[in-house]
Amino acid sequence: MSDFFTEAVLIATVAGAIRLAVPLLLAALGETFGQRSGVLNLGVDGIMLLGAFSGYYTVLKTGNVWYGLLAGIGIGVILGLASSLISVTLLAEQGISGIGVYLFGLGMSDLLFQRLVGTPVPISKFPKIDIPGLSDIPWLGGMFFSHSVVVYLAFLAVPAAMFVINRTTFGMNIRAVGENPEAADSLGVSVSRVRWATVTIGGTFAGAAGAALAIDLGIFQQNLTNAQGFIAIALVYFGAWRPLGVMAGALLYGFVNSLVLQFKTLGIIPQSWSDIAAMAPAIITILALVIVARRFRAPSALTKPFTRGT
Amino acid sequence: MIWLGVAAAAVLVIIIVAVSGGDDETTDTTAAATTTAAPTTEAPETTEAPSDTTEAPSDTTEAPAETTTTAAAAAPIRIAIVAPSASNDLAFTQSIVDGVNAIAAEREIAEIAITDGTFVVDDAAAAIRDYAANGFDLVVAHGSQYGGSLQEIAPDFPETSFAWGTAADTFGLPNVFAYEAASDEGGFVMGVIGAALTESGTIGIVGPIEVGDAKLYVDGFKAGAEANDSGVTVNINYTGSFSDVALASEAAQAHAAAGADVMSGTAQMVVGAISVAADQNILWFGTQANQATLAPEIVVASQVYKWEVVLSDILDKVAGGTLGGSSYVIDLENGGLVLEFNEDFTLSDDVKALADQTVADIISGAIVPTE
Amino acid sequence: MATVGNARRSSYLAYSVPVLSVLAALLLGAIMLVLLDASPVEGVRAMFDGAFGSGDALISTALKATPLLLVGVGITIAFRANVINIGGEGQMVAGGLLSTALALALGDALPAILMVPLVLLAGIVGGAIWGAIPGALKAYYGVNEILSTIMLNIVAVQLMNYLLRGPMIDPGEIERGTRIPQTQRLPEAADLPLILGNDRLHIGPLIAVLAAIFAYILLWRTPLGYRVRAVGQNPDASRYAGIPVKRTVVLALTMSGAMAGLAGAILVFGSESHRMVTDGSTAGFTGSAGFNGIVAALFGGLHPVWTIPASFLFGGLLVGGNALQRAVQVPSALILALNGLVVIFVVSTDRYKRLLRDRASAAETAARLAELEEANSVSVAAGANGSDPPDRAEPPPEGTGAAEGRDE
Repeated sequence: MSDFFTEAVLIATVAGAIRLAVPLLLAALGETFGQRSGVLNLGVDGIMLLGAFSGYYTVLKTGNVWYGLLAGIGIGVILGLASSLISVTLLAEQGISGIGVYLFGLGMSDLLFQRLVGTPVPISKFPKIDIPGLSDIPWLGGMFFSHSVVVYLAFLAVPAAMFVINRTTFGMNIRAVGENPEAADSLGVSVSRVRWATVTIGGTFAGAAGAALAIDLGIFQQNLTNAQGFIAIALVYFGAWRPLGVMAGALLYGFVNSLVLQFKTLGIIPQSWSDIAAMAPAIITILALVIVARRFRAPSALTKPFTRGT
Repeated sequence: MIWLGVAAAAVLVIIIVAVSGGDDETTDTTAAATTTAAPTTEAPETTEAPSDTTEAPSDTTEAPAETTTTAAAAAPIRIAIVAPSASNDLAFTQSIVDGVNAIAAEREIAEIAITDGTFVVDDAAAAIRDYAANGFDLVVAHGSQYGGSLQEIAPDFPETSFAWGTAADTFGLPNVFAYEAASDEGGFVMGVIGAALTESGTIGIVGPIEVGDAKLYVDGFKAGAEANDSGVTVNINYTGSFSDVALASEAAQAHAAAGADVMSGTAQMVVGAISVAADQNILWFGTQANQATLAPEIVVASQVYKWEVVLSDILDKVAGGTLGGSSYVIDLENGGLVLEFNEDFTLSDDVKALADQTVADIISGAIVPTE
Repeated sequence: MATVGNARRSSYLAYSVPVLSVLAALLLGAIMLVLLDASPVEGVRAMFDGAFGSGDALISTALKATPLLLVGVGITIAFRANVINIGGEGQMVAGGLLSTALALALGDALPAILMVPLVLLAGIVGGAIWGAIPGALKAYYGVNEILSTIMLNIVAVQLMNYLLRGPMIDPGEIERGTRIPQTQRLPEAADLPLILGNDRLHIGPLIAVLAAIFAYILLWRTPLGYRVRAVGQNPDASRYAGIPVKRTVVLALTMSGAMAGLAGAILVFGSESHRMVTDGSTAGFTGSAGFNGIVAALFGGLHPVWTIPASFLFGGLLVGGNALQRAVQVPSALILALNGLVVIFVVSTDRYKRLLRDRASAAETAARLAELEEANSVSVAAGANGSDPPDRAEPPPEGTGAAEGRDE
């Protein structure tokens, strides 16, 4: 255990938690918009995978990580629009159409990878930025202020999402549509337009999350996300549909994962217990919710398609 | 709205009918082509429709053989592979695909069919059964998790030869071969090299789940490192997944934080770990396939599986009428396991000599990597 | 009379919608095949032959459909209580593990007549436990079932990996040093009996069909089923009516899990290998039936009995997809993508199907009313038609099915 309380290991544990949290955070923030307006999109992981592949492929071809991120975002927008069409306009059963999108993304990203790339080739990664001054702080600097640029962007998205949801007219409409679409509709808010917007935002974030993951790892492989999209959805519930809560959930999940990895590496958790230890993030997430949250309640209209006047 | 839908549907049906009508002729011709070839191959099952399509290119290679070969027994063989991960995974599945392709370059093979990505055991069983029923001569079940199913399927197809790996058990069946890799041997040698190269005295290994081939390799590496220098610390991290690249990447970060300056790992998700090693200039040892392409500056060596050594013997036996019953191990001695050193990485003569000596000792039996 | 004709036409159209949407998805698949330089005709033919073209094909399809149907039936039960159970994967694993453990413990002690029911029961219990946990967490702690079931799926995989490479591993694997994470060949007395003289077709499909009928009776012919549906439609009103809402939610998820657990046990004891083996993921064992079963249930209008043909068709699609891969040698990833497209198309047009069906039943009711009016017995008909939905054995409360009836 004494091996654990060294500067290098503690810094790596916290920094690792943050790295692991980023794709989850991005995807979950996007999903928060959709769910706040009453749409559950279970296809996040599929969008992430296609975003990851398009980001990876673009960087492979252009060498520019920013083009890669843009490509991921672009695919995210397209798939977000498609998801809107499916769940808002065509009023499909939300839980299930999302599984379709997931399967499509899982297969399609692998198919494209096999056809266009073949065997994995490494790509350049996001530049790492040491924030001047802050990164020199002992311990804390290495933990929080010496990360790849996309990490900062992801965490900056949290206050941005809070602002949009809590302080803008659009955000007010989102909440109204998610709580009581009939009333919002009678006040002249277009339920379907708001939901198209939020689901597309969700897709955009998911695409960005996938691209961020692939470019941060510098590689692509079939099923790169390994179902992180589903965990992101769970974290939206964990975060009680609030960006700060979602961030807390993503960090907790990342932290437990990171901690378990460090413990295994140092032999604090014996090898033969490796699978038991791998359950820890899931169990602790559930327990945390049992302890913390009984006060929060889902948006009333979540998973319920809305049609006017039927 | 209804009529729009009906119209769209009608168009769809028309297109489907038109397409299928149009293409029917081409399928008929391919079917005809195979029926003419059938008498020479002497396998009545080859006329089965589903397997025809991929034969188109191989038909041309078949043609000269038909004119020269008078003995029907030497008819080119058809091989099917069923494997769990992608055939380009730079790891387990790629090793067998490369092996079969290497064989195809040497001897005449009428057809190679691949069903990869079959992680669902039941689907793999269906594929194995289907290939056997369609008259493939050798069906390779490349996944240790397929063995239980194969044990039930093989007796139903006594004329078909099956190969199963990585495993050691032929279930006493006359038409099943088993093959495995002594991956602890290469692991041991690379462990020895790793211990000679580490300056921090700490080595990190990233594994999937503590089972099968992965465990064998990891145990071998650890034993090798400790045999060379008992003061070396070998940290092992089984992440719990064969596919979680992000977790493998973080496991490598954890090893780095614990002071490792030499790393290795096995299974397809290690691409994430290699990338971290490259960033931090940590030396890497690969296994199952040559991983030097992933990070030319830090990969020291890779243990490469040459399944063609085994396959070649299996095919000889099949041609001679023996369809199974024996099990194979690829190792350093028979050339089925090869250490491929990365040419871009300069290794000192001392270390190279140490590696060569260790290989020689394992081959002679002076060193036994793991119990 | 014209209205009855309209009704019939709308109703035919309604039934053709899912079929047409599958065709549309397959057309996209055909285009992809062309892009991959494979013959789409050959592909479609192989797909159909592989799924429905022969006795063997039909058996493969029936076996593939079995877990889909059981999970699907479980899904309908949970959806009726307005609970989304996406934990089918973990529940199947739990059922498989508990039944395997029991079989290993009993060994050859019991005859088949006792062994088979016992191991199936163990599967039911295992799945039920894995379903009851999220049920209790939801009812008593307010933990959303989507979060808990996703997390419990993760726990189940690791539990499976631990048990199969540790306590439950085949001793032969240790001896040989191959350490494949699988159990030994399970006792033959526990093998699911084969039927119809076939060497692969076991009683699994039969059990699944019986389970579907059982669920139908349970939901629509028993007080318990009435409570489940009442809670699903209006928990507040149910509470006032004295229904124990929390307990009913737990029970619904427990039953849903039990069905998935039974599917897990059938997968183990009806498998070719008669062992349990892991490749490190849930999907390697379940074939993603925990997810695909949800689709099958929706395909069947979230009605247990209609889920029977729906599962069979969907199972055929999966079996046929694999046959297509082998026949035209395209990457198996294409089949996954195609599977996704089919799901998307079917679900997206589902609303339209319901619209047509509603129109059909509305037209029919109107026609009947007109007839009745002629016979001067309007009041009775209006009464029967206007209220009393609980006893209606037809598919869902005409609206969403999954979510509670927003548009009634």
